[in-house]
Amino acid sequence: MVDAPEMLPPLSRDESRAIGRRRRGRNWLMFATLIALVGLFYAITLVKISQGTMKF
Amino acid sequence: MSEPTQIGLGESRGGSAPSLNLLTDQTDLSTAADWFALLKPRVMTLVVFTGWIGLAVAPGHLHPVLAFTAILCIAVAAGASGAINMWYDRDIDSVMRRTQNRPIPAGRIAPGEALGYGITLAAFAVVVMALATNVVAAAVLAFSILFYVFVYTMWLKRRTPQNIVIGGAAGAFPPVIGWAAVTGGFDMMPLLMFAIVFFWTPPHFWSLSLFAHADYARAGVPMLPVVAGARHTRVQVVLYTLLLVPLTLVPWAMGLAGMVYGLAALVLGLGFIVCAVRVLRDSQDPQGISLTGDAPARAAFKYSILYLFVLFASLAVDRFVG
Repeated sequence: MVDAPEMLPPLSRDESRAIGRRRRGRNWLMFATLIALVGLFYAITLVKISQGTMKF
Repeated sequence: MSEPTQIGLGESRGGSAPSLNLLTDQTDLSTAADWFALLKPRVMTLVVFTGWIGLAVAPGHLHPVLAFTAILCIAVAAGASGAINMWYDRDIDSVMRRTQNRPIPAGRIAPGEALGYGITLAAFAVVVMALATNVVAAAVLAFSILFYVFVYTMWLKRRTPQNIVIGGAAGAFPPVIGWAAVTGGFDMMPLLMFAIVFFWTPPHFWSLSLFAHADYARAGVPMLPVVAGARHTRVQVVLYTLLLVPLTLVPWAMGLAGMVYGLAALVLGLGFIVCAVRVLRDSQDPQGISLTGDAPARAAFKYSILYLFVLFASLAVDRFVG
């Protein structure tokens, strides 16, 4: 016989909300980081091209 | 990666309405602040500052965008090293009062995820540094990460009371990296800045460990007060401070820095020596344990942070004023 997997009690509504809030916070941070990276690489590229140090 | 901790579908515990609980894992316990805390932001401050000074005092010019990118890479690399350090030290962090609420020992971030995060950020920092500035700066940056992770964290920290003396080199690289980002090479000045941070680290950390040694003892980390006793540590704090202060005067004596820096180094150095002597002469029991709650060691620790900030700031002031 194989033991049945242990079932944990479901999350309460407050717990679910707290998890949702934390997820949204992480997602916004990731979004802001990606936007900032796009801006940074764009700026680096412009500087490199203007200095003539970009090698194609 | 992280193990699922809750799987549920059905009636919620807190209310009568049925709720659908999607698969949640350990990551769901973490906040954005936890991921930021993994980067050891307080340590990063000093690293960024000394890196910026190395960049500012170097001869030559780096476009502000590239200079900002170089500083960002130094910061991210320091943070990545911190994250990998927290991954490796999660067992001792969980028994030290000062660190047991960190995201990994507190169970909010899975160890494997912290490691992946650290490695990714480290690779990102090195590659972007190479693209934005030059390969020399990127190579030193990569070496500093590897040194901190393999030499300090994995090899020295748990084996020898000299851990922070040799391991302190990892924290001394940022001014060298900043300098290399501008010049693409090395010179006497960045090596002196490296040496200053290197000799500053022992009195700084041993002052801290004098009043935090119970935590280190509980975790089995052989910090000097744990292994050799508080009395011996106090002597070492004074000796390293006496080595440090003349060293800080060398850039001025060699004509690499001007009077502003020379005067600042002298005055700040005398202040540091006074702090170190107070640590040595603190009221102690026969074992060298402080009877004043280690007030002089706490003061020396705080002063050491201010000391390095002002000393390096005076280098930049000297460069722009002189």
